[in-house]
Amino acid sequence: MAKSEITRRGALQGLAGATTIPLWARYAQAQSSEPLKLGFQVHRTGIGSAYGRWYDRTTQAAVKLINEGGGINGRPVEIIAEDDGTDPKRGAEVLEKFANQHGCDLGFGTLFSHVVIGSAPRAGELKLPYFVVSEGHHVASGMLNRYTLQPGITDVKSQVIAMAPFVADNLGKKVTMIFPDFAFGHNHLDFFTESIEAQGVEVLEKIAIPPAETSFTKYFPRIPRDTEVVYHVMVGPAVLTFVKELGEFFGPSSPEIFGFIDSLEAVDLASPGLEFLEGTYFWEGMPRYAQADQSEHDTFYRAAVGVDDNGASLSDPADVSTYAHMFGCWETLYIIKDAMEASGYQGPADRPALIEAVEAMTEIPESREHPQGDKLFNGKTHQVFGHQFISKVEDGRMVKLHTTSIEDGLYEDEVDYTAQSF
Amino acid sequence: MEFGPHLLLAVLEGAVTAAVLSLTAVGLSLVFGVMRVVNIAHGEFFMLGAVFAWLMAQWVPGSAALGFFAALVIAPLLVGGLAALADLTILKRIEYDPERTIVATIGLLYIIQQVTLMTYGPDARAVEAPFNQRLALPWVEWGETGLEFYYPWGLSITTYKLAVIGAAGVILMGVWLMMTRTRLGLVMRATQADREMATAFGIPVERVYAVVFGLGAGLAALAAVLIVPIQQAHYLMGADPLLLSFIVVIIGGLGSLPGTILAAAFIGISDGIISVFFSPTLAKILATLLVGLVLVFRPQGLFGTRPA
Repeated sequence: MAKSEITRRGALQGLAGATTIPLWARYAQAQSSEPLKLGFQVHRTGIGSAYGRWYDRTTQAAVKLINEGGGINGRPVEIIAEDDGTDPKRGAEVLEKFANQHGCDLGFGTLFSHVVIGSAPRAGELKLPYFVVSEGHHVASGMLNRYTLQPGITDVKSQVIAMAPFVADNLGKKVTMIFPDFAFGHNHLDFFTESIEAQGVEVLEKIAIPPAETSFTKYFPRIPRDTEVVYHVMVGPAVLTFVKELGEFFGPSSPEIFGFIDSLEAVDLASPGLEFLEGTYFWEGMPRYAQADQSEHDTFYRAAVGVDDNGASLSDPADVSTYAHMFGCWETLYIIKDAMEASGYQGPADRPALIEAVEAMTEIPESREHPQGDKLFNGKTHQVFGHQFISKVEDGRMVKLHTTSIEDGLYEDEVDYTAQSF
Repeated sequence: MEFGPHLLLAVLEGAVTAAVLSLTAVGLSLVFGVMRVVNIAHGEFFMLGAVFAWLMAQWVPGSAALGFFAALVIAPLLVGGLAALADLTILKRIEYDPERTIVATIGLLYIIQQVTLMTYGPDARAVEAPFNQRLALPWVEWGETGLEFYYPWGLSITTYKLAVIGAAGVILMGVWLMMTRTRLGLVMRATQADREMATAFGIPVERVYAVVFGLGAGLAALAAVLIVPIQQAHYLMGADPLLLSFIVVIIGGLGSLPGTILAAAFIGISDGIISVFFSPTLAKILATLLVGLVLVFRPQGLFGTRPA
């Protein structure tokens, strides 16, 4: 073992190292000038990587604006990004790193529902506020804990309740569902079936497909002959194959097709083999293509993130965004900002106050900070509710056809997280 | 869907799986047969083939077909060359010791996979098929006027899928001809039969090993180029072909070419039928169960010969 003694060379190296410390570190004794560290749990690899790339870009764009505007409580915001590999076990480990290694103030940004469900219990144990951007119903269902919140994106249950009447009134009375075989897909199964049957529509067949599947034609013969509407939602790296094979299966005689845009997120609508989508319908969390009545907030947000009018990257038209979901990161960051400012957040000791400040939120007006539209936050269920959009594919673009109201998607509370102790 | 058309569709889908699987598995079987080493990185060579196909489609100007046919030639050569290099620099150094080879190829698996992730990225990318028409298939039933043709809903295949089945058949025939009719094949078979005797007769065994390792990887890459217009190139796509190839090779008998092809056809088509009528998970369960049974009752595989 080497002896530890101070040599001239070692001392010089130490001095040289000290001069490279960033500027803010010189004020480390004044806690209020330290950056706020937000742990960003990102799907950089694994089946969620396309979402991860765009969640990252949206987050970086929002943080840049927040910092340019003076940060939060006068402190700059620093994003600590860690890849969770879209894997639940890794997700929980990432939260531990945020809490114990990086000293983050909170964690946020997870999309895939199995990762959220795998990570949230650890967030509760670590007492780390965990802001998910997942759509899953797991937050509002009460299965998670007081430290987990979803203030930036509406959950699947609310989305499908708002959507079902449109399908029943306009598309047909006999539906076949195709969905991914994990938590998120089963949210669709449970709540769409429930709400569409209430509209007098029959669900003929329910086809579950493993999210890592790469070949789909073999599942489609289970679609009954008398199906009037195919309801599809798919995730994972093979979504393009899924949609293409759906088209090849039906050929020219297809029933009405209603899809969740998840089946086509990050996929160019102009890809060869997708021509059959012309005239079909999609749910969108936020319209990918700039619409005729585009709000100034959408224009601003689109430019800030670097997305063109077709929903693709400004620098590469083939790099299509996950536009219907990624606004959730942007809006969540502004919720965090508002809540930190309302609670006078200083450090980890104020985490409960931060969560209480979010729980106290109700109406969220449409603005640059909330470009997807106005929203209603339910502090008891930790879930936000917003507008949903139904678009129709016309001339290779998705054109907004119908906007649901917030009331369309409301349902009874299933939990009161505020009754749980911190 | 009625039973008849449904079954036909299942068989057709299974045949596409079987075609690609047989190429991949023959590559694995060749390496094991001649070199007696287990190549865990085989699935990654498959994945590299798909990734190179995507790169070719980007680089080659002009029509999609041109890029695809360039990939069909260049991707297997590149991947084969890379594998031969890995053989000379790694496997040769550890003297093809069975245990150490397994560990070394596991290392190779992670290196290839992670380098692909770092360069090509985590996204699934599509390659356009050179041609792709949907063919509706007719079916017959007893009508009022006797036998009637009609086109059931969904009973179709694409021209490209048919071409994949045909191409796999041609390539396998080529491999068989090479093994039985050429000098290279003779040298390979001699090395397989008895390495020391082959050395004594002046066969450059180490060069043969490098060629065989490259050939095995090249076949996997070729299979991937064929499948990539149907699926997409993704850095994790090597896992399934590796598992299925091992299943096929164990059932067919390691080192037996006809056994491997028959087992690939059996596993591919039964996978299609079982996953259409029951579930894809059940298909995998049954295939793995079959491997267990073969290992217990006929360890050398259905067509393998017991090593002397």
